Amino acid sequence: MTASAIIFYIIAAFILGMGVLAMTTRKIFRSAIWLLFSLIGIAALYFWLQVEFIAAVQIVVYVGGIVVLIIFSIFLTQQSGKEMPKQPLKRLVASALAVVFGFGLTYLQIWKYDFQPTAKSFDWTVANIGAQMLNTGAGGYALPFEVVSMLLLAAMVGCIVIAMKTQPATNGKINEEEKEKLKDEPAIEIIVTEISEL
Amino acid sequence: MSDVPMSHILFVSTALFFIGMYGLFTRRNMITMLMAIELILNSVNINFVVFNKYLYPEKLDGIFFTIFIITIAAAEAAVAIAIIINLYRSHRSIDVEKASEMKW
Repeated sequence: MTASAIIFYIIAAFILGMGVLAMTTRKIFRSAIWLLFSLIGIAALYFWLQVEFIAAVQIVVYVGGIVVLIIFSIFLTQQSGKEMPKQPLKRLVASALAVVFGFGLTYLQIWKYDFQPTAKSFDWTVANIGAQMLNTGAGGYALPFEVVSMLLLAAMVGCIVIAMKTQPATNGKINEEEKEKLKDEPAIEIIVTEISEL
Repeated sequence: MSDVPMSHILFVSTALFFIGMYGLFTRRNMITMLMAIELILNSVNINFVVFNKYLYPEKLDGIFFTIFIITIAAAEAAVAIAIIINLYRSHRSIDVEKASEMKW
């Protein structure tokens, strides 16, 4: 067994161990941290596969973006030290059985198929990826690229609209209580005066 | 590189997929269910990269699918968390069992 193989098995054990911990612990904040480690392990697996670009994207988007977002939402909605309620044993056993049999069936198919890897080396470069992604000809990914950019814009607008606090309707009039509140806030007055100076 | 058979790498991704499935089945908190979905998406990404690298090394399609999946996963997580926060404001809870207005 070579050093490369040993590193692979260490990474694999790390990913799976952290994944199991993330899905079984009952403290939600710990669950998020285990998920973070599992995602870092997956980035290490991409480094091991020598696709460094995907590894970098994985770290930037998942570790730097999604996990931080999840942790923020935990802070906004939960007491993070509290344990989540226990699930009924029947549900745990039934899901564990379903998952084990599903895994067995799937892996049996993979194992029997006997994939034959080609000997050719995988030569990707960031320049190749960029050229093909913006290529409008055969094999180009320009259309999905544009569609995804529209999707991101739509998701951004949708997030703002969904999470925005709705103000109670005032029909253009501010009632007395809110007028009192506004008096105490000098920032608004400064903005108002600045706007009137313009 | 070639001394690890391809099926062992696929073992990792398959196991990760079913760990995520287990989390999705057993958890009833929306944020942890979202985490389970992230694990499942990651296992699919590993599959795409491995198939591309070992079976079709002259093409780049697996890499593209991985990049697009990561992008869409980020958008999906952001929208899901916006919905969760909005639901928490109106229900004071993010348990899926308690959000049952649209059940029937």
